[in-house]
Amino acid sequence: MKLFGFIAVFIVGSVLLVMTMDFPGWGDTSSPASQGQVSSFYIEETINETKVPNMVTAVLADFRGYDTMFETVVIFIAGIGIIAVLRTFSDHSSPAPDEPEEDNEGGDLIIRSTCHLVVPLIQLFALYVVAHGHHSPGGGFQGGVMLGTSYILFALACGLPAAKKRMGERRAIIIAAVGIIIYAGWGVACLLFGGNFLDYSSLDPLLPGDAQMARSHSMLAVEIGVAFTVTAIMFAIYSNLATRGRLEKGL
Amino acid sequence: MIWQFDIIILIFMVVAALIALRVKDLLGATLVFGIYSFLICLLWAGMGAVDVAFTEAAVGAGVSTVIMIATVFSTARRSKD
Repeated sequence: MKLFGFIAVFIVGSVLLVMTMDFPGWGDTSSPASQGQVSSFYIEETINETKVPNMVTAVLADFRGYDTMFETVVIFIAGIGIIAVLRTFSDHSSPAPDEPEEDNEGGDLIIRSTCHLVVPLIQLFALYVVAHGHHSPGGGFQGGVMLGTSYILFALACGLPAAKKRMGERRAIIIAAVGIIIYAGWGVACLLFGGNFLDYSSLDPLLPGDAQMARSHSMLAVEIGVAFTVTAIMFAIYSNLATRGRLEKGL
Repeated sequence: MIWQFDIIILIFMVVAALIALRVKDLLGATLVFGIYSFLICLLWAGMGAVDVAFTEAAVGAGVSTVIMIATVFSTARRSKD
């Protein structure tokens, strides 16, 4: 049986390796992807139409904004699904919403102090990644993941109860929903100003600058919405997985 | 893209993938997956796809490693097969 598996893997793997020979080379200007009208439009017109130097973010948040909105919804649904499957409410222990002792952060002193030093830096950098995502590499997903990771680091170093005070379950779900509302609400605002859904240039009267700058500012707004959702969902996934849904004592 | 650099990274990636398959300790396998993600992130950065590399470093090497470690701690640490 093992031999059969090995032969099957070998055949499929070698077929795939042979097939990759047919791919265009890296940076090949004569490949279909480089010669199509769509990609040359993005490369040439992004800076004129949106005033955004990072065309990856421009494609993600503006030209294909509809996709990104539903990607955010997918992340939200994934988090809600994990909470729905894993979360258990134990009956024997009373909920005890507020522990009497204020400073019940567990863990080693050195680890805790290092964590208290590092977490603000991570969060600052994550906010920079979100806010500067349309000018440099980064954006809502990356910045949101880093923000969520800072909460996870805090939960690892100081225990889950301390982290739950900063980002409780209820608050996490609300923040995640608010992120999607920001994104979709921005699209609805475009509708109210007479454009199509997520057609940011119609927000020109609302935002400083001309219609192109309105698209740039709107990208920042929707990235902030994405970051909200991703941050909260990442922490919710971690805290449910690490405690088997009890949300009592972390790792 | 420097081809010597690429060859080294690709060899390390194959080695990391084999180690992740062979190691019985699931925590070790998780960490090797993190190494694998960082190597592929280096490849993407070398090809100029900085956004993808950034996402791979944040999601692939960062969060998914942590999430898998959390899962390993609440299930079994040793692989049976």
